[in-house]
Amino acid sequence: MTCPLAGSVFKVVTSVGASVQEGDTLMILEAMKMETPITAPCAGTVKSVDVAQGQTVNEGQVLCTLG
Amino acid sequence: MDIVQLLHDLTGFYNLSLGMVFMWVVCVVLFYLAVVKEFEPLLLIPITFGAFLANLPCENMWNAPGVDPATGHVVAGGLYYYIMQGIHLELFPPIIFLGVGALTDFGPLIANPRTLLLGGAAQFGVAATYQCAYYFMGFNEGESATIGIIGGADGPTTILLAGKLAPHLLGAVAVAAYSYMALVPMIQPPIMNALTTHAEKRIRMKSLRPVGRAEKLIFAAMSCALTIMLVPPAAPLLGMLFLGNFLRESNVCDRLTKASQNEIINMTTIFLGTSVGATMTAENFLRFDTLKILCMGVVAFGVATAAGVLMAKLMNLTINRSNPINPLIGSAGVSAVPMAARVSQVVGATHDKQNFLLMHAMGPNVAGVIGTAVIAGYFIATLK
Repeated sequence: MTCPLAGSVFKVVTSVGASVQEGDTLMILEAMKMETPITAPCAGTVKSVDVAQGQTVNEGQVLCTLG
Repeated sequence: MDIVQLLHDLTGFYNLSLGMVFMWVVCVVLFYLAVVKEFEPLLLIPITFGAFLANLPCENMWNAPGVDPATGHVVAGGLYYYIMQGIHLELFPPIIFLGVGALTDFGPLIANPRTLLLGGAAQFGVAATYQCAYYFMGFNEGESATIGIIGGADGPTTILLAGKLAPHLLGAVAVAAYSYMALVPMIQPPIMNALTTHAEKRIRMKSLRPVGRAEKLIFAAMSCALTIMLVPPAAPLLGMLFLGNFLRESNVCDRLTKASQNEIINMTTIFLGTSVGATMTAENFLRFDTLKILCMGVVAFGVATAAGVLMAKLMNLTINRSNPINPLIGSAGVSAVPMAARVSQVVGATHDKQNFLLMHAMGPNVAGVIGTAVIAGYFIATLK
């Protein structure tokens, strides 16, 4: 999953190995003083989490991998 | 009898009026909205406290300097006589704009310049409210312009215009502007939902291209020159806006940028807010006109929101057929930055969680700031 908007990672909700359903919140980004939840586009297992809480992220950067 | 005379001479109780006490009630309501409901508290608290002070019998806060007729000595003015010169001399709103410029990223507008049209369309709310106030509500041209500019959702511009064209309405229009800005998340969504189809709400826009430093600097300098040449009376606002932005984007003035973003804007906000509040004396505020202004403010916000959304739809039918824009970002053309952009994001996400409109909505949002300043300059040029 790639980052849809530039900002910073406010909170990582998921972890490697977690099973997620479509629409589950994976992490929360903060941009323009607004918290934006990043949700799973499909069901699957989290293979990797590529960012950490507080990290600045750019649009298009890989946030996590679902398998 | 002596005690009564002493109370009369030394205290302020005898100068209290019923209007002042009624204004305390108004202040309690505004304090409640600011502190408990968190309606733009950074501005509403200073405004309300200024109003509270203005409705206490403390003349030596406001008196102008003069000469004591008994001694012939020059007597200094009250504290707020001097602080309020920041409004009378039109200093505070441009200084606030310096901070706004230092806080604003024009990148989304540069990356997607067609959103400038959305910021422009939202100014239709200003124009329509001006017409309505002038032709149907009995206000004169200057007052109508001041009321219309509330629809631009830009506090400093509203205050600047009121100071120039209708100083007696300053308190009422400032309270209306900041209260409705706080209510943007409630006023806008019903209008946005009513004017768009489900399919339109789900339009996903292409990613914005990255915008480099040189591009942003050239944009700031050129926009500054162009807008000021177009509307010279808006120069104080636009000059300071783009100065702040140039400092920010230069990346070599970190201290000045941070000072503009924090200390300067915060300090000015306190003095601007309390000075505006100080104009809300009972005789100025407790008038039927205040109610009319509050009603017209909602109309201005609503029409501006609708105009932005409808312009986006029109653009999709004409120039944007191959690369449509989500009409929900049109509402962000009112300049309340970044709250109006956040509303676009929230409404869009309720229909498609994977749709991220926030940065796209920043384009019309910052265009709205420029648009409102330009239209204020136009009003000043034509009506002053």
